[in-house]
Amino acid sequence: MSNKANKTTDKLVALYEDNKADLFENSSDFINQERKIAIDYFKKTGIPTTKNESYKYTDLEPVFANGYTKFFERQKFNVELNKAFQCQVPNLDTYTVLFSNGWFYEKNSEYNSLPKGVILQSFQKASKEHPELVEKYYSKIAKPNDDSIVSLNTALSQDGFFLYVPKNTIIDKPIQVINLLRSEKDLMVTQRNLVVLDENSSAKLIICDHALSICRFLTNTVTEVNVGENAIFDYYNLQKQHNLTTQLSSVFIRQKKNSNVLTNTLSLHGKLIRNNVSILLDDEGCESNVFGLFLADKDQHIDNYTFIDHAKPNCHSNELYKGILDDEATGGFNGKIIVRQDAQKTEALQSNKNILLTDNAEMNTKPQLEIYADDVKCSHGATIGQIDEDALFYLRSRGINEKEARMMLMYAFAHEILKKIRVDSLDVQLIDLVESRLRGEFSKCDFCNYNVKAANCPK
Amino acid sequence: MSEKEKNIISEVTNSDYKYGFVTDIENDIIPKGLNEEVIRLISAKKNEPQFLLDFRLKAYNQLLKMEIPNWAHLKLPKIDLQDIIYYSAPKELNPDKKFEDIDPELVKTFNKLGIPLEEQKILSGVAVDAIIDSMSIKTTFKESLAERGVIFCSFSDAVKEHPDLIRKYMGSVVSYNDNYFAALNSAVFSDGSFCYIPKGVRCPMELSTYFRINAANTGQFERTLIIADDDSYVSYLEGCTAPQRDEHQLHAAIVEIVVNTNAEVKYSTVQNWYPGDKQGKGGILNFVTKRGICNGDNAKLSWNQVETGSAITWKYPSCILKGNNSIAEFYSVAVTNNYQQADTGTKMIHLGSNTKSRVVSKGISAGHSNNSYRGLVKVVKKAKNVRNYSQCDSLLLGDKSGAHTFPYIEVKNKTAIVEHEATTSKIGEDQIFYCNQRGISTEDAIGLIVNGYAKEVLNKMPMEFAVEAQKLLQISLEGSVG
Repeated sequence: MSNKANKTTDKLVALYEDNKADLFENSSDFINQERKIAIDYFKKTGIPTTKNESYKYTDLEPVFANGYTKFFERQKFNVELNKAFQCQVPNLDTYTVLFSNGWFYEKNSEYNSLPKGVILQSFQKASKEHPELVEKYYSKIAKPNDDSIVSLNTALSQDGFFLYVPKNTIIDKPIQVINLLRSEKDLMVTQRNLVVLDENSSAKLIICDHALSICRFLTNTVTEVNVGENAIFDYYNLQKQHNLTTQLSSVFIRQKKNSNVLTNTLSLHGKLIRNNVSILLDDEGCESNVFGLFLADKDQHIDNYTFIDHAKPNCHSNELYKGILDDEATGGFNGKIIVRQDAQKTEALQSNKNILLTDNAEMNTKPQLEIYADDVKCSHGATIGQIDEDALFYLRSRGINEKEARMMLMYAFAHEILKKIRVDSLDVQLIDLVESRLRGEFSKCDFCNYNVKAANCPK
Repeated sequence: MSEKEKNIISEVTNSDYKYGFVTDIENDIIPKGLNEEVIRLISAKKNEPQFLLDFRLKAYNQLLKMEIPNWAHLKLPKIDLQDIIYYSAPKELNPDKKFEDIDPELVKTFNKLGIPLEEQKILSGVAVDAIIDSMSIKTTFKESLAERGVIFCSFSDAVKEHPDLIRKYMGSVVSYNDNYFAALNSAVFSDGSFCYIPKGVRCPMELSTYFRINAANTGQFERTLIIADDDSYVSYLEGCTAPQRDEHQLHAAIVEIVVNTNAEVKYSTVQNWYPGDKQGKGGILNFVTKRGICNGDNAKLSWNQVETGSAITWKYPSCILKGNNSIAEFYSVAVTNNYQQADTGTKMIHLGSNTKSRVVSKGISAGHSNNSYRGLVKVVKKAKNVRNYSQCDSLLLGDKSGAHTFPYIEVKNKTAIVEHEATTSKIGEDQIFYCNQRGISTEDAIGLIVNGYAKEVLNKMPMEFAVEAQKLLQISLEGSVG
């Protein structure tokens, strides 16, 4: 560790020590036990630097060095978020869960219409009301001593959402979690979510990340998902913040027999975005679809790290990440697939395609296949290139001006990811959103319409 | 099954490493261990000029600050640098290296290896620099090559006869502080080959170096330096074998290649160091730093390798494409069987515009072995219109083996087109069935399919090597078919 990284690490450890009383007071012993393991590991390893192979292309030290305020108790707002915020995607009927700076909004509606037995509540509350469920699943796949960003989250997190779907239950509408960030000072937000799907159940989760104030935000979110036998789970993450935000998002999914999972991460806006998607195929017959699209311009940086662990035979995974980088934007992709020794008949496909629009943009891609079983079909491909001049010529020869033709080609490039969305009307809306993003119209959120006045905070 | 068939099968499945014999010759050996004294001793034994000793000591001091790299996908045994003999050379060698003066035992050894040192016996028209342990024994065709202005000799001779060239180019591609094993080699290297092709000369024959480890407890640390001046061409071959021993032996070599404007170098390797026995005991630890630079415009460098030997292979022949329009190629077949481990690949560093590179890597893993491809393709900002195509395929034979790929792609220019493809699979049952059905036995069918799989690379090998490589491939995989 460099001296600078050491200093930043020390500051974060001090933050933990100073607020230990607050952290421990509102959590169960079990969670506090995990905190201790996590902070010890974090002390040892510190903020990951580019020396760390998994973080080779993303330097987190300067981000953490910035210094942020962190609140260890729920803040009161004088604005009714439910009234002020309304997602106006036509025909998108969802159970909406609002979050404010990583805290479950206390005035969220009660979700009475959810099927019987489904639990959807604040994580803090759940750890008291359903300790047996939380203790069974918390911190099991997102280990407190593996990745230091996850450790930091485990040590500092207090709230998030908890979703439990009992046996044979299908949630009719998607659950939409809207994370709103609003502050008058630079703010660090830590959120911890836990999802448990029992046998034969199904749920769709849409996570929308928005920043309402022009402040520096650093969010560190960890989501653990346990997908039971024959269960179906969809996870869509729409990341749309602004040029001062840093978003570290880690999703850990464990799949049981014959389960089906789809994750789709759409990174549209943010200064620095790092997504970790880790999937453990823990029993036979699982299917995993891991998709991602990232569009970056200015000096944005987007890094996608995926890890697919084929632990058992007869599983299928399909991974596709696409990115378009403009201006001085930089991107990273790291796709690791392990096929364990007894995971015969595995089929694992991975592809990463990138377009660079300028000479100052940069893309680093690193697929990794580790295969220990012989009866498998695995492939990976990676390309970095620019817009096809022939295709451009074809369109122009048919009277489409160059700007429009380029737009069409980029849009077609992105569409491959968008068409994988399995929620009606969300795909249509996102298609429009991506198109306007490609046109550079991203000052206002086209997806959600909120009336909360953006507060300008001093830098 | 007929008696004959049975014989063939038992011969095939029990055949071992056939180069595993030891030659009994008297050696000039220095004591075990690594320190400044040993380095001064090696330097003194070779009557080296001061600049070379300084270079060695600089590298040694650097080595002390470094640690054995552990990032590769390898399980490394403990390497104790103090437990190795750094200099061992056959005694009483006439300085003129006349054929008549070479110990007949040595001639026999090389004959047995299929490398005759008598020029009249050589049909293939290949000039050979034969190196045993720390000493170059004989360089054939030295004189006839000299007529064309080609310098081909042992590294030690080059230090004496062409110190200016050595001084100018040694360490220019692989610096003494490049990595742990490069630093080790720079400190203790004993001999190697040197080759200089002057301007406008197309080298009339293939040049080759044959490395042989013979003495026990020694390490081999050789350096090869190839310089192809403007508009020249050379094809270079490298082969290596070692005796069968229970303990590991360390081989840490450096190969540096400088390719100037319009020149072309083709470097082919058939690496067949002793791979250890079926239980993974013994074998050569092969840690090699190979790098070439396309210094001028339109230069071309091509690495071709067939890797079948060594207990552990750690080797990344790389190209720095500095000149505009330069071209680099990397063709590799790496076979691992039993408990062998290989972590090999290439680096293509595109610095110049309109540069092209092509990587074709074929990994075959059988038994309990692990075979990794690790590669880097880097395009810097000012390099325009760069093109790269990489393909790395892995073939798995047996369910205890592993095949891995770790490609790194770093692009900083939008005009670059970089493609990477990788697949992993086993031999299809339908393919074997197809062959069986036509009367080809399973063992032969696998040989056939593997050869077809590796054909694209084998075709790039010079003729003499291609035949040997094909045979080697079959031998390496024997007994792996379950």
